[in-house]
Amino acid sequence: MMKAFVNTLFYGLSVAVIAVMGGSTAAAQSQGSQVVLSSGHVDFGQGQDTQSQSIKVINNGDSSAKIVQVTIIEEGFNERRRHNNKATPVFSITKNIPKTINAGETSDIVVQFSQPQGHSSQQFFGAVQLKIIDEDASDPYFISFGLQSGGSWFERNILVLMLLAPAIGLLLLFAVPKQRDVLCRYVTLGASGLVFVLAIALYAMFDPQLGVGQGNWGLQFVTHTSWIRALNIEFFLGVDGLSILMVLLTAFISFIACISSWTISKHIRGYMMMILLVEIGMLGTFVALDFFLFYVFWEIMLIPMFFLIAIWGGEKKESAAIKFFLYGFIGSILMLVSLVALYFNSGGESLLIANQPLALIDGTPVKHTFDLMKLTYLHDFTQSPMLLGVDFTYLVWILLFGAFAIKVPIVPLHTWLPEAHVEAPTAVSVILAGVLLKMGIYGMFRLNYSILPDATQDAAIFVAMFGVINILYGAFCAFKQTDLKKLIAYSSVSHMGFCLLGMAALTNYGITGSMMQLFSHGIITAMLFLLVGVIYDRTHTREIAAFGGFATKMPWYAAFFGFAFMASLGLPGLSGFVGELLVFIGAFPVFRSFVIVAALGVVLTAVYHLWAMQRVLFGAYDSKWDSATRHDLDRRETIMLLPLAVLVLLIGFYPIVTLDLIEHSISDLLNFYNGTTSGF
Amino acid sequence: MSADALYTVAIPKLVELDNLWLIVLFPFLGAVINGLLGRQLQAKFGKSIIHYIAIGMMLCSFAVAIIAFAQILTADDIAIVSQAFPMIDIGWLSVNFALYFDPLSVVLALIITGIGTLIHVYSTGYMKDDPAYWRFFCYLNLFIFSMLLLVLGDSFVLMFFGWEGVGLCSYLLIGFWYKDMKKATAGFKAFVVNRIGDFAFITGLFFLFWGLGGHWNQNNNYDVHSNRSYEAIPVASDATSVDRLTSQDNKELVSQMPSVVFRDIEKQMTLSVRSAETGAIQKPFADALTEQTVGGIPLVFLICFLFFLGACGKSAQIPLYVWLPDAMAGPTPVSALIHAATMVTAGIYMIVRLNFLFVLSPGVMTVIALVGACTALFAATIGMVQHDLKKVLAYSTISQLGFMFLGVGVGAWWAAVFHLLTHACFKACLFLGAGSVIHSMGFLKSHDKSDDTEDNSIQTEPTHASVEEKPSPTDPQDMRNMGGLGVIMSHTRRTYLIACLAIAGFPVAAGFYSKDEILWKAMSNGQTFIPGWILWSIGFVAAGCTSFYMFRSYYMVFYGAPPSEQCQKHAHESPRSMIHVLWVLAGASIVTAVLGLPHLITGVDAIFAQWLAPMTAPFVSTTGVASAAWLEGILIVASIGIAVIGWLIAKHFYHSTHASMEKRQQWYQQFRLVHHTLYNKYWIDELYQMTWVRGFKSLSHGVATVDKFVVGLVINGGSKKLGQAFHKFAQVLRLHQTGYVNNYAYGIAIGTVVLVLVAQAWF
Amino acid sequence: MNIGIEHYLIVSSFLFVIGMYTVATRRHAVAILMGVELLLNSASINFVAFSHFVEGGISGYVFSLFIIVLAAAEAAVALAIVLSLFRNTNTVDVTESVTLQG
Repeated sequence: MMKAFVNTLFYGLSVAVIAVMGGSTAAAQSQGSQVVLSSGHVDFGQGQDTQSQSIKVINNGDSSAKIVQVTIIEEGFNERRRHNNKATPVFSITKNIPKTINAGETSDIVVQFSQPQGHSSQQFFGAVQLKIIDEDASDPYFISFGLQSGGSWFERNILVLMLLAPAIGLLLLFAVPKQRDVLCRYVTLGASGLVFVLAIALYAMFDPQLGVGQGNWGLQFVTHTSWIRALNIEFFLGVDGLSILMVLLTAFISFIACISSWTISKHIRGYMMMILLVEIGMLGTFVALDFFLFYVFWEIMLIPMFFLIAIWGGEKKESAAIKFFLYGFIGSILMLVSLVALYFNSGGESLLIANQPLALIDGTPVKHTFDLMKLTYLHDFTQSPMLLGVDFTYLVWILLFGAFAIKVPIVPLHTWLPEAHVEAPTAVSVILAGVLLKMGIYGMFRLNYSILPDATQDAAIFVAMFGVINILYGAFCAFKQTDLKKLIAYSSVSHMGFCLLGMAALTNYGITGSMMQLFSHGIITAMLFLLVGVIYDRTHTREIAAFGGFATKMPWYAAFFGFAFMASLGLPGLSGFVGELLVFIGAFPVFRSFVIVAALGVVLTAVYHLWAMQRVLFGAYDSKWDSATRHDLDRRETIMLLPLAVLVLLIGFYPIVTLDLIEHSISDLLNFYNGTTSGF
Repeated sequence: MSADALYTVAIPKLVELDNLWLIVLFPFLGAVINGLLGRQLQAKFGKSIIHYIAIGMMLCSFAVAIIAFAQILTADDIAIVSQAFPMIDIGWLSVNFALYFDPLSVVLALIITGIGTLIHVYSTGYMKDDPAYWRFFCYLNLFIFSMLLLVLGDSFVLMFFGWEGVGLCSYLLIGFWYKDMKKATAGFKAFVVNRIGDFAFITGLFFLFWGLGGHWNQNNNYDVHSNRSYEAIPVASDATSVDRLTSQDNKELVSQMPSVVFRDIEKQMTLSVRSAETGAIQKPFADALTEQTVGGIPLVFLICFLFFLGACGKSAQIPLYVWLPDAMAGPTPVSALIHAATMVTAGIYMIVRLNFLFVLSPGVMTVIALVGACTALFAATIGMVQHDLKKVLAYSTISQLGFMFLGVGVGAWWAAVFHLLTHACFKACLFLGAGSVIHSMGFLKSHDKSDDTEDNSIQTEPTHASVEEKPSPTDPQDMRNMGGLGVIMSHTRRTYLIACLAIAGFPVAAGFYSKDEILWKAMSNGQTFIPGWILWSIGFVAAGCTSFYMFRSYYMVFYGAPPSEQCQKHAHESPRSMIHVLWVLAGASIVTAVLGLPHLITGVDAIFAQWLAPMTAPFVSTTGVASAAWLEGILIVASIGIAVIGWLIAKHFYHSTHASMEKRQQWYQQFRLVHHTLYNKYWIDELYQMTWVRGFKSLSHGVATVDKFVVGLVINGGSKKLGQAFHKFAQVLRLHQTGYVNNYAYGIAIGTVVLVLVAQAWF
Repeated sequence: MNIGIEHYLIVSSFLFVIGMYTVATRRHAVAILMGVELLLNSASINFVAFSHFVEGGISGYVFSLFIIVLAAAEAAVALAIVLSLFRNTNTVDVTESVTLQG
């Protein structure tokens, strides 16, 4: 088992190294005229005022070259133009180069950047593409250079730093000798703490008013360089309204999980490495905007989770870990197929706008692309040819939905979740429920909903049906569970059902509600699992029947336990209710009978939550737990639970804090869906 | 609805006062301080610091309520809004944390904070020797906070915050002595039944937004309004409806978008526009609701019915009342505050707050009136035979709430709210009186206190008490253990007597005026589909039963056999703090009569009626209904008569012990069956137990087994079979690995030959 | 009658068949090696014949030299294996040592 674990480590490392290396310069040359640029990239710095920079074009070939065409590309310009049709492109060429450059001559081209009014800190990306034909050679070749403006160094690289921090932590852990477990813990805490601090900086600098209409596809803190040129794969990181909440949630929950993994006693260094690797995987998935990079991070997250459950798990840990890995892996295979399908159908006839040639970030023209933004906004996949006799968008939609349904989990495919939770140690359970379940729904938003809007419109009714089944199925199963962790796992299935229902409505409130429900469920379930962890550390059992009357002996614990259960059953004033209310308001006009049944689910949720809480906290106290409940929550456990509780209360009473962040992007997402959905 | 019943509500002028939301902040602060630091404070400074904080906060919020009341009293016809912070702001849904003080909500705020403070003072005495003193006051303050949110919230969402917050606090307080699992289960039952009511309430809410927000366009599919922006349509200046809408700047904008705030919905409902071509007066929104039907049911009926179901959940009416009798497991001050004075009246408040909506559907009004009257009678009959003092008072609360719903159902808004006010006073007084009796009977092994270790088997089936079993000697709440306490506890007896007079309906106290007004309005309303006199007669009989069971409890507790020597030794009058509160409440239940003196006596409308008139919609039809003055006089005399009759019967049976003991026995024998059914509450609890609880358990058992076996087996089994298939295939492949070198040599030879042939054929 | 290419081919095919037969049937490891040697030599005869009669270049000859070198190396390795096989299982019979069975 250690050997397998070592080579996965190298696998992860090699990916990280390639990611850092990145970057490369201009295109290949043919022996005829050899036109070369003085630099491959023009950076306009902070981009406050209009400025222009020049680039030398040198032809050190032996024959003269004729520049046939000069095109300027600005990322996200079409969306900006559609938003207000008076928008002028940001980059413009003030001094063009002469038509022909004969051998040995150099001339320069001056590019001007003019800041559009309104958003100052906006980042802009673009490229200039020169189409050159030699005298003798027949086929033209392209040389190009990238343009970038806006954003300080920190703003441009904050996401890379957030990914690097755990990576560096990982490397440091290699240096730490195995026995020094306290040092290992502090290194991990430092790494994830740094990520948490960066996340807070991200939240502070995030400008909620930036939408697709403001250019650069509404993205912020963008890092965009080419990574594997041969396959048009780019290292493209960015954050917009859809992913900001998830990034903050991941940073916060991973930090809490690191604190809660203080009680791990076996192979501490290995455990800490795995936790950091999972954190890289999760953060990467939420910020990656290149489909291949998204898939790589999705895989990075899967493997360490397998080891975390398999090595540090409970009694039947092997079978749970294998089941978890197999389910996850089948999901990623489905995603791989759709990745390839979308790649080879991008460009060509499904390209919407002719004048915006498909190009990498530094301008080299390409036939296909992995870039999610280009796939979303520049492509209409309904034109692509039929696949296996089925309409292309439907097939790819179903493949992607299948991949994400396993992760959500949707009812028939959910059997891995209770087992994984029961066997996983507390911290891993917190991460699994707090963040991993959200990747499924985030994936649907980013891929299904953005790239294939027509298929989503037609399939909305089935998503709603799955949602309602999830709610009721989760509620009924949870009532019957005897194991506390299984009960919370099934309650997660039920809460995810609300998100699905909200998403399926395709109305403003529905999607906002499901986003809110994602975030609040993340915090609440993290709290629940921490609380179960506290009892498990003391009593080494999770059977609800064994507990009773804990409120008398552990009042603070009972207070947090009651608070978390009340939040989980959606008590108004706590964050659970806000999500549910918006989902209901959003989904009601479209799926009336579904929402009424789902509202009935709310009653069932109250029943099984209270019934479980009552059997644990109230009733007669059994003296056999005297040794276990001698001391109430210790300092470490309170440090973990208090911020979560405060956040739940804050969002419950003051939800504008998070609603502002996502409002703009959700209205952009809805531009694809302004038709009426025929509900019943 | 006849055309000329024009809706003439006056929309009060809005005054913006920004510090009035302190009324909510004080109890919240009290709850937080006591909650977080209470344990240490109590340990260090003793229990007095705890109630100083709690009562201090209550007095502050009572002061703010008084300020608001004064503002509204002095300036005529204004409403105060105090805005704290925005909560949700997307599209049309803009919810902010704003409190709305108008005549209705100020009265309720006064009741809550006033009686709340009194009960806080009372419980300092009652809970003196309870270790979890700090936790009790924390929950009480939290309850006041959520009740104020409910009453003062200016939008559905904020009201729902209070609605469920109150449900939570009643859960915590009922299960206050959580060591005894039965009490915790009572709390659980209360929360779940409330939650069922909330389910109906929320569904009604969505139908309302859906009805207001969008409409079925021509080709009959629903037009989602979510992302189409609407500009507010100006009120037609020449709208003939004489109402404040067209006063001063008649550009009172009425937004076309659905809104969460009550004022906006009221404006939409009352908006009447003169249509250009036909010149007829239309009410665009009101008509939109009344005309649309959902599955054959008119939309406005569905909305209001669901709201009524929500109110039933909270105010314990017929379908969802089962939790209130069990809620008596909580400490008595809790029963007084939550389950008598404030929380149970939330349903009435909600319906009176939405009177402009309920007025549109006479069908729902009839249902409310009927359910109210039936609940009144039903609960009164059960109350007549209960032995547990608090159970009697619990059923009497349900019965009085039935009267309030009857009043609301027939459109007598002010009478219902007035009854709510008087009921809050005398029922609190009764409960606290009962509390002081139980407190002094505490020497019996305590039923109330938390340290009794009854059997802890988790069973939600209610105990199946039968009449004959002797009262358990240790139960301080069983009236049969009490008797002749009057001589020992004179203060309690006298205040209890005053409250009994009030509730029974003797003109000396306020109860008579409010109940009589409701009965009169029930008789004289022509709107409900059920003729007025039927409602009146049900109410009348219920009033009779009320007076009977109240005086029965009075005589059983304070008169009858002289107190056993045990009682004499231990029973004592309650401490001063409890006695003062009792006297204040007794006084209040007499003084409040002034507010409701009917037209017949004073010649002018009742003060309370004028107070609530501006914000309530008339629901009275002037044609063809018996509303002569002489009839009102006769009814007043009749209701006094029924009260006296009830009192005499009770005195006859329960006043003196020896004479009435055998009379009681042979009366039992005569009506054994009736007595048995009444005592077991018509077996409603068992019915619910059989149908809902068992149904839910078996369904979830079914689903869990489906999950474990079907899904488990199919998925696991499936993967196992897949594995086996691979295994078999691999076995076949293994055979060619024989280990003999020369076999491999054959392999090589044959391989090369095949290769040559294929290459030859290919190229 | 002058010797044409056919004669060489006949001789090499005879050698080839004999080699195959020994490899296929012999149970003694060293005998099998001898068979392999025969196979290699028959191949080199072919090369030489074709190079002389058909193509006329010297590539055939060079190739047969290669085969000779190769054969020597192969023989050395094979005999070493057989020796160690014998030392471990003191039998050289190929049919006994079937531990690598699947």
